[in-house]
Amino acid sequence: MLRSALNRLIGMAIVMFLVVTIVFVIVRVTPGDPAAVMLGPDATAEDIASLRERLGLNAPIPVQFLTYFGGILRGDFGQSIFLNIPVTHALWLRAEPTFFLTVFALAIAAAVALPVGVLSAYWRGSAFDQAATMLAMFAASIPSFWLGLIFMQIFAVQLGWFDTSGYGGPGASFAERMHHLVLPAVTLGLISSALITRFTRAAMLDVLNDDYVRTARSKGMSEWRVVVRHAFKNALIPILTVIGLTAALLISGAIVTETVFGLPGVGSLIVSAVLRRDYPVIQGALLVVAGLYVLVNFVIDMLYLLVDPRVRY
Amino acid sequence: MAAVTTAPARAEPNLLIRIASRPTALAGLIVVTVIILLSVLAPLIAPYAPSQLAVRDRLQGPGMAHLMGTDELGRDVFTRVLYSGRTSLTVGFAVVVFASAIGVTLGLVAGFFRRFDAPVSRLIDAMMAFPDILLAIALVAALGPSAANVVIALGIVYAPRLARVVRASTLVIRELPYVEAARALGVPTPVILVRHVLRNVVSPLLVQATFIFANAILAEAGLSFLGVGISPDIPTWGTMISVGRQFLDQAPWIMWFPGGAIILTVLSLQLLGDGLRDFLDPRLAKDV
Repeated sequence: MLRSALNRLIGMAIVMFLVVTIVFVIVRVTPGDPAAVMLGPDATAEDIASLRERLGLNAPIPVQFLTYFGGILRGDFGQSIFLNIPVTHALWLRAEPTFFLTVFALAIAAAVALPVGVLSAYWRGSAFDQAATMLAMFAASIPSFWLGLIFMQIFAVQLGWFDTSGYGGPGASFAERMHHLVLPAVTLGLISSALITRFTRAAMLDVLNDDYVRTARSKGMSEWRVVVRHAFKNALIPILTVIGLTAALLISGAIVTETVFGLPGVGSLIVSAVLRRDYPVIQGALLVVAGLYVLVNFVIDMLYLLVDPRVRY
Repeated sequence: MAAVTTAPARAEPNLLIRIASRPTALAGLIVVTVIILLSVLAPLIAPYAPSQLAVRDRLQGPGMAHLMGTDELGRDVFTRVLYSGRTSLTVGFAVVVFASAIGVTLGLVAGFFRRFDAPVSRLIDAMMAFPDILLAIALVAALGPSAANVVIALGIVYAPRLARVVRASTLVIRELPYVEAARALGVPTPVILVRHVLRNVVSPLLVQATFIFANAILAEAGLSFLGVGISPDIPTWGTMISVGRQFLDQAPWIMWFPGGAIILTVLSLQLLGDGLRDFLDPRLAKDV
């Protein structure tokens, strides 16, 4: 088991290294001088030269890469060009709305998807199953920003239950801030529930035909106990996997949703960084999100290793 | 010789009949076909010219004169949804072609040549760690916003998924007796790759391509909405919604209909893809 864990750890380290390499390369594919592109058409030659110096763009590419990689190992993701603060600090300042948005969206997605997925599998082929499958597919076809705008039109513009955008302004209480997250979280949660529903259904179908479920039934155990205590418990591992991966992917959905609802989170920071060509911030955000994804994957693999002694990597 | 070179029979000739036997897949195919036809024939069908201004008729609700209403400049929304479809569908299709070109090459190389398998597979793993929209945004930011760069960015984003599917199939096909026989007969490796391996990878590839087409349409709309994709002057379903949101309280129909077009297209492609998967790739039928 220790050997498997070690193998997986090495694999993760390699993938992380490649992730950093990709993030480094992305900025280098910019046609022309990245410093000139970042500063825009009005920049003077001196400005460009000084930014090149600051970003270390004059060094040979391998040296630049080593410097960048070394910085990341020390937790230094570079300096935001526009905000003039460290990238890690810029991301941290915007972390709250994104964190709560992701947590609420995930909770809503799980609350919808788990019961629907379990019942779909239990009543396989029924009208309920077909309707749920169609609905899940429909939800996966809706652009999240469009659903957000529709909700905004109904619940904020027409009914006036929520503000159309923002995070309550400076000095807003925690409750006020969370109130601003309701519509974005529902939007993101409903769309994410599609994937979790499909996985839950598939995982439940796998276990519902297993011998121990039949044994449990033949013992005269109530259906509720069979489904929840025996089947669902065993289907939980693949379901938790997809929930974990959805959590990492929700950051991507947050980019769009935060922009729709004008939330000052990491997502809208990324969009404004793109519009301002603030490459260090884009790179930092890419690294954090991809790193989280790789880490979640790794933790899930380790959980498998702990739970199921047959698993080997 | 013939027995060696002929790949196992596939059910391609009667694929249409098989699709027809499944109502949801058939519905998907019909709706996708109708949407493509409506876009291609837009100049014949559209009641107005796409940029024909009628300032006096601005922000009118859906009605007889304007089926889907008019926008802030009095342009006919129905006409613009038809014309936008041309851009959105072309971008989606171009993404599929570009992603397939990269994905198939990577997948074949990784699956067929053992010594390339580990490095290519790790690269694929690393690429898949980035959420699609985020990686696409970063690539467009680096390359500069334009329709061509959106296609390149999304192509790079989706290529690893195709590479993974192609690699998995190639690994199996590589070990089949007819490939071994072709090798023993001295058939050059590139010929084996194209004639024997690639041909048998087509089915899972087609299934994935359908889903990527759907995802690419969603992603392009997302990028355009964020203002980091195709220029707002070029009508796509995404840019229409992006512009329409400014008139959310006065004229919500400006964004209703392009959104509806996206949903209908993506949903139909997904239904079609699901059907294709069940016919072409029974191994994956249970997969999600």
